Amino acid sequence: MTDTNISFVRQEMLQGQTPPLGERGIVRWVRINLLATPIDAVLTILALLALAWFLPPLINWLFIQASWVGPDRSVCATVAQGGLQPDGWSGACWAFVNAKFSQFMYGPYPIDQLWRVNLVGIMFVALLVPLLMPKAPYKIPNAIVFFFVFPIIAFFLLVGGWFGLPYVETSVWGGLLVTLVISFVGISVSLPLGIALALGRRSKMPVIKMLCVIFIEMVRGIPLVTVLFMASYMLPLFLPPGVSFDKFLRALIGVALFASAYMAEVVRGGLQAIPKGQYEGADSLGLGYWQKTGLIILPQALKLVIPGIVNTFIGLFKDTSLVSIISMFDLLGTVRQHFNDPNWASPQTPISGLVFAGFIFWIFCFGMSRYSIFMENRLDTGHKR
Amino acid sequence: MNNFATKLTVAVMALVSLSFGASADTLSDVKSKGFLQCGVNTSLGGFASPNDKGEWTGFEVDYCRAVAAAIFGDGSKVKFTPLSSKDRLPALQSGEIDVLFRSATVTLGRDTQGFDFPTVYYYDGQGFMVNRKRLPEVTSAKQLSGATVCLLAGSTTELNAADFFKASGMEYNPVVFDKLEEVKAAYDSGRCDVYTTDQTGLYAARLALSSPADNLVLPEIISKEPIGAAVRQGDPQWADIIRWTHYALLTAEEFGITQANVDELKNGDNPEIKRILGQEANTKLGTDLGLGNDWVVNIIRAVGNYGEVFDKNIGNGSPLKIARGINAPWNKGGLQYAMPIR
Repeated sequence: MTDTNISFVRQEMLQGQTPPLGERGIVRWVRINLLATPIDAVLTILALLALAWFLPPLINWLFIQASWVGPDRSVCATVAQGGLQPDGWSGACWAFVNAKFSQFMYGPYPIDQLWRVNLVGIMFVALLVPLLMPKAPYKIPNAIVFFFVFPIIAFFLLVGGWFGLPYVETSVWGGLLVTLVISFVGISVSLPLGIALALGRRSKMPVIKMLCVIFIEMVRGIPLVTVLFMASYMLPLFLPPGVSFDKFLRALIGVALFASAYMAEVVRGGLQAIPKGQYEGADSLGLGYWQKTGLIILPQALKLVIPGIVNTFIGLFKDTSLVSIISMFDLLGTVRQHFNDPNWASPQTPISGLVFAGFIFWIFCFGMSRYSIFMENRLDTGHKR
Repeated sequence: MNNFATKLTVAVMALVSLSFGASADTLSDVKSKGFLQCGVNTSLGGFASPNDKGEWTGFEVDYCRAVAAAIFGDGSKVKFTPLSSKDRLPALQSGEIDVLFRSATVTLGRDTQGFDFPTVYYYDGQGFMVNRKRLPEVTSAKQLSGATVCLLAGSTTELNAADFFKASGMEYNPVVFDKLEEVKAAYDSGRCDVYTTDQTGLYAARLALSSPADNLVLPEIISKEPIGAAVRQGDPQWADIIRWTHYALLTAEEFGITQANVDELKNGDNPEIKRILGQEANTKLGTDLGLGNDWVVNIIRAVGNYGEVFDKNIGNGSPLKIARGINAPWNKGGLQYAMPIR
C-alpha cells in the first residue's frame, strides 16, 4: 500500500499562468518594437519628440483654429487684414473650400445639369467596385460594360446635345471631373496600347518593331507639357480653317498616347523577365504566337510588373494637373484659380486650398496603391518556395 | 528665356497664319458662331476670376461682356478662355480667341508682331512693395541696391525691373516664378526683399499677405503700363468695335448714363445723350460700325458705365479699393478721354 498523500508532492497540474507583465500585451509590444536596443530607444524618443513638436500645431491649425463656414474672406483674415479674426490668428480656411466645393468638384459645369455628372459617377462606382472584388460574379460581362458600354453612355451624358439633353461643351468642365475623365481615359487606353507597343517592340517583324521603337522613343523624349502645348495652340494653325476638334479631346489623346509609351516600357520589362524556357515550353506544346503570348507569357509578365503599372497609373493621375497650361482646369488648376477671387483672398486661402487638393489626390493615389498591393499578394503564386 | 520662347512661338505662328490663319472678318465669324470668345486672365483678383458659382467676374470680364452686348445685345453671349501670360498672344494669333482682355501692356514690340491694340482701358505703372519689418530703412526704390526681387516670368515686369536697376547703377537678384501665387508666397515668406509688379497687382497682393499693414508700396513708378485690348492685325472693323466699346463706356460715365437710368435717358430730351444712345432720327452711327444703332444702350444695360465697372470690380465697391487715380475721366484729372460719339 502506498501512501500517495505525501505533503510535498503536488496533487494536481499547475494552471498555466499568464506571462509576466514585461512579456505580454502592450508592454511587450512597446519593448520589442520601440525599445529593443538602446539605439531603438533613442530613435523612438526622437520620433516622439518630433511628433510632439509638430502634431499639436498641425491639429490646431487644421481643426481647432480653422474657420469652417462663412460668407467671404472676413472669416479667414485677421482684423489687421480686414477680417474678423483676432490678430495673430492662424487656422485653415475651410470656409473657402466649403463655399467653392461644387467648383472644385465640377468646375463651371452648369449647376442645373450636375445630376448628369453625378449619375455618371454613380455608374462608374457601381461598375468598378464589383470589377475590383475578386469574388464578385460576372467578371467578363462586367468588364465589357465598364470598358466599352460605360464610356459611350458617359460621353452622351456628360457632353449632351442628344435626347433632349442640353449640350455642355468641354470648356466648362473642370475640377475633379476633368481629373477623373482624363485619368480614366488615359488608364484604360494606355494599358492595352502599352501592351501592344511592348509586344511590337519585341516583334521579329522589322517594320512593326521599327514603328513601335520610333513611337515609344519619340514620345518618351518629349515632355508632356510640350505635347499638350503643341496639341492646343500649334495644331489649329496646321489644320485648314474651320476644321477643329475639341481641345479637351486633343488633351485626352495627348495624355493617353504619352502614358502608353511609358506603359510599353514597363510591360517590356516584364516580358524580358520571363525565362526563355517559358517561350520554348509554349513552342514545344505547339502553341501559336497569340496563344503563347496570351496564355503563357503575358499573364506571368503582367503579374511581375504590377507595381510598375500602378506606378505609371499614379503618375498619370497626378500628371493630369499639367492640362492647366492649356487653360483647362483639373482639380488643382481649379483650386488655384479660385485663390485670386478677391472675395476670398487671405493669407490662409491658398494653403487651405492646396491641403484640400492634396488630400483628394492622396485618397485616389493611396487607394490605387493599396489595391495594387492586394493584387500582388493574391497573384503571388508562382515563385514561392 | 521665356520671353524669347514666346517671341519665337509668335513669330512662327505669324508666318504660318499668313497662309492658314483665321479669316480677316472677325465680326461675321463671331456673329455666325453666336458668341464672343474672349481671352482673360486665369485668375487675377478684381480683373478676372470665377466666383463661388463659377461665373466669371471682374473688370476685364465686364469688358468682354460689353463687347458681346454691343454685338448681340446680350452681355451673356460670351465665352471665356483663361490664359497665362505666356499663352495669351499665341492663343490670339491662332484664332482660339477673338479678343484679348488680359492685362496686356501695349508696346511697340507687341504691336508689330501681328497684333493691334485698339484701346487702352486701364493705365497702370510698375511699382515696388517692401516689408517694413524686414527693410525698415527703405522708403524709396533708390535704396534697393543688392535686394532680392520677386518677379513673374514672361512679362514686361521682368524687363522693366532690369532696366530700372541698370539705369540706377544698382545690383539686384531676380527670383523668377511662373505662377502669381508662387511669387506672392515667396515674398510673404521672406524669400525676397521686394515684390515688383504693376501697382494694381501690388495692392491686390497685399490683401493676401500675412500682415498687410507692414507692407509699403514705394512711391516710385518705374514704367508706364498702359493695359490694352489686343486683336489680330488686319481687321480694322473689328478693332473699331473694340475701341468704340471702350469709348462708349467712358462717354456714358461722362454724361452720367448709368445701368439704372439708361432706359429712362434713352427717351429723355437731351439731344447729345439721345445721339449717343442711337435715338437720333436716321442715325447710322451704330450700323456703320457693323452693330445695331442701340449698341451703346446694350453695353450700358449689360455692365454699366466705366465708373460703375471700375467701382464694382476694383474700386471702392470691392475688397481691393483701388483709387481711380490716372484712370479718372479727363475732366477730373485723369487720362481716360473718349473720342466723341457723333
